[in-house]
Amino acid sequence: MTLVVSNLTIDHGAIRAINNVSFQVATGQLTAIIGANGAGKTTLLRSLSGLKESKSGSATWNGDSILGRKSEDLARSGIMHVSDGKSVIAELTVKENLALTGLWRKDKKDVAKATEEVIELFPILGERLSQTSGSLSGGERQMLAIGRALIARPKLLLLDEPSLGLAPLIVEQIFQTIKSFVAKMNLTVVLVEQNAMGALKIADEGVVLNLGTAVASDSAKNLLNDPAVRAAYLGF
Amino acid sequence: MLEFFTAVLTSLSTGAIYALMSTALVLVWRSTRVINFAQAGQAVLSTYIGYEVTTRSGSYWIGFIGAVLSGAIIGAGIDRFFMRPIFKRVKSGPIVMIAPVVATLGLLGIIQAIVGFVWGLNYLTIAAPVSTEGLKVFGSVIAFSPFNLMVLISVTLSMILLTILFQKTNLGLALRASAYSPEIAKLSGIKVEAIRTIGWALAGAAGGLAGMLYVPGSYLYPNSMEVLLVFGFIAAVIGGLDSLFGAVAGAMILGFAINFSTTYISYKLVFPTAFVILILVLLIKPGGVFSSKKGRKD
Amino acid sequence: MVKISTNRKRTLAFVLLGWVLLIISDRVGELRQYQGSFVAMYALAIASIILLTGYSGQLSLGHSALMAVGAYAGALSINNLKLHPALALIVAALIAGIFGLLLGFTVARLSGPYLAGTTLALAVSLPTVANQFPILGGEQGIIFDIGTPPSRFGEDFSQYKWFFWISALAALISIWMLSNLLASRYGRVFRALRDNSVAAQLSGINVGRLKAIAFSISSGIAGLAGGLLVMLISGVSPSAFPLSLSFALLTGAVVTGVYNLKGVMLGGLVLVAIPEIAESVVSRIGGSEGFTTTLPGFMVSALLILAVLFTPNGPGQLLHHHKKKH
Repeated sequence: MTLVVSNLTIDHGAIRAINNVSFQVATGQLTAIIGANGAGKTTLLRSLSGLKESKSGSATWNGDSILGRKSEDLARSGIMHVSDGKSVIAELTVKENLALTGLWRKDKKDVAKATEEVIELFPILGERLSQTSGSLSGGERQMLAIGRALIARPKLLLLDEPSLGLAPLIVEQIFQTIKSFVAKMNLTVVLVEQNAMGALKIADEGVVLNLGTAVASDSAKNLLNDPAVRAAYLGF
Repeated sequence: MLEFFTAVLTSLSTGAIYALMSTALVLVWRSTRVINFAQAGQAVLSTYIGYEVTTRSGSYWIGFIGAVLSGAIIGAGIDRFFMRPIFKRVKSGPIVMIAPVVATLGLLGIIQAIVGFVWGLNYLTIAAPVSTEGLKVFGSVIAFSPFNLMVLISVTLSMILLTILFQKTNLGLALRASAYSPEIAKLSGIKVEAIRTIGWALAGAAGGLAGMLYVPGSYLYPNSMEVLLVFGFIAAVIGGLDSLFGAVAGAMILGFAINFSTTYISYKLVFPTAFVILILVLLIKPGGVFSSKKGRKD
Repeated sequence: MVKISTNRKRTLAFVLLGWVLLIISDRVGELRQYQGSFVAMYALAIASIILLTGYSGQLSLGHSALMAVGAYAGALSINNLKLHPALALIVAALIAGIFGLLLGFTVARLSGPYLAGTTLALAVSLPTVANQFPILGGEQGIIFDIGTPPSRFGEDFSQYKWFFWISALAALISIWMLSNLLASRYGRVFRALRDNSVAAQLSGINVGRLKAIAFSISSGIAGLAGGLLVMLISGVSPSAFPLSLSFALLTGAVVTGVYNLKGVMLGGLVLVAIPEIAESVVSRIGGSEGFTTTLPGFMVSALLILAVLFTPNGPGQLLHHHKKKH
């Protein structure tokens, strides 16, 4: 089970948002895609989940092309995208938000089991099941969005900036949780992050994007020790 | 006192019919972000079908079912085979903003013309299944008939059913999620386009129901639902366009305002009252009277 | 060589067009003259829609009602105030403009569904309201008589030619003024409004006020067109301004291309041609009363949908595409 992205190019109107980017993610691995605001990270993820059309290049998951397919079909085949901006539906309750990814699943017993597991992972959600999601804090919303994705029992998880707008302490907590469930569930993960340090610490591999181009691609450990990357993205 | 009592009852039953139209408009607006002006056409077409079935079968109730079912089918068909291609084709240029609305207007014209071809332009009536004579209260006849009562009961029942559908079922959850955030719904694996078509079907069914409840007290002709469309729109705006509860409440507010101003001031005030209420809401609370938001300009 | 400014060129073009039209009007029969007056009237009404939709991004379904306002105002000022017909047409434009301004300040600042729905409500309810004022003559309406052409034009000068002269002149002058306006700073601001009202607001433009002004000018032009319409049919009644008139104007505007004032004559021609075509279809294949009456409406609506589907940004876009391909 591998995600193979090769020579992917995406235009955003007249602007080239992603230019000839290639990378691979092996099963059970977590690849962090880091870069500054506007580097094209979100656009890249959106094309992998069918939200954005690509210009050229390819992306395959287990050998099947995933570009140009409908988001809902990709979601049902195990590719879950947690979009940025704490993607919960504020008007629905926590319980209803969690239920969304179980609606179409045939195995209702497993949906119930997966929901229990998610509540175990994020106990705070269990306490707020009947609250509307709009009343949750930023960190809780992020947990809800991730939890909802996990209930679908995904194989490939696309995470867009889970740390965005969260307090440092909570960011640390979220990253640790991600690390723990990824290991436990044997998930393949693409994690897009501006917080390069936090992301690389839990990642196996890393790709550095700059203005739509992959400028570095290496193991997370090497990137953390790379002086150029450190200077440009890690701030020291 | 009796006059007041009668005004309350008639307000409720006219408000109930407006509520069906405003609910239909809101259902489509929530899922498609388009005010579906063709709703008047869909309602009139399904009512003509209801009329046809009623005359052939001799039973209002079979016609009733025919109108509601055909309304649902027509609504779904329009979304699937008309709106979807429009959204796909018209993607660029400044007209993108108005193209879908303009398309629904064109569709309204087409449906009205087709209805005219098939059934002619004469005023038709559908006989009510129960008496339309005013009830007798304390020896005097009031302007509220058993049929009005039937209208009120039918609408109340359908609103209860709709509420159960939306709040208690998986389909309802999918409908709500797709309306509030189509993107998150899609990413959660919900087939948003199919769900949208179901929303259009529900709206179409509400239109057919509105027609079958409206026509026995009025007439059926190709343009007969335009007025209901306008009142439904005003009711939906009062309620904030996005809320099903608001649509029903707005319809009741409108029903009461119209009936009370015509009962106590002048029978000429139907349209002026409705229009003044619309303008007032837009001036004071453009987001609807139940909203806490300051204004809505999208 | 003398350099001629764009404004001068435009003025020259309008004078030339007017001259050509007058010559043509001498050579054609009365029916064509009469139809020509309708083309001019529709072109003017379509221009009012284009100003509103194409240049300030608002959608109105109520222009039939605004035309009615102008028409009744014009009729009353001839019948009751004994004004000169030319003055009455100006009054028609002014009253409709003021009405549009009042309405504009209320609703024009709201875009999208609200304006469309509110103007629809206006179009449906205004004729019914007009029915209830005795001074407006109820269902029958009131006459609108501009009188016979002045005797100095000679005895051969027919009523229809007179209609045509008035309509064509009124349309030419108004559209000339409108295109000058759109070429000015105001025109640029209107376009900015349409393309990005948020950015326009940020750059210090009072969006609400400008939209109201655009709506008001558009209403004034519609009012004038309404005055011309009832002049041509010699009377004003609620039934002259059905909702379908609003739809027809919208169709004319979309067919013309909502961003193109130059093509309004095309839109006018289409609207005049449709009933003609419908009639010839009916005379050939016959049909029930329902068929006969509804065929024009069907054709207008079908044209509207086809235009939205295939040339949403006007026939100019189609030409442009073809050029690109070759």
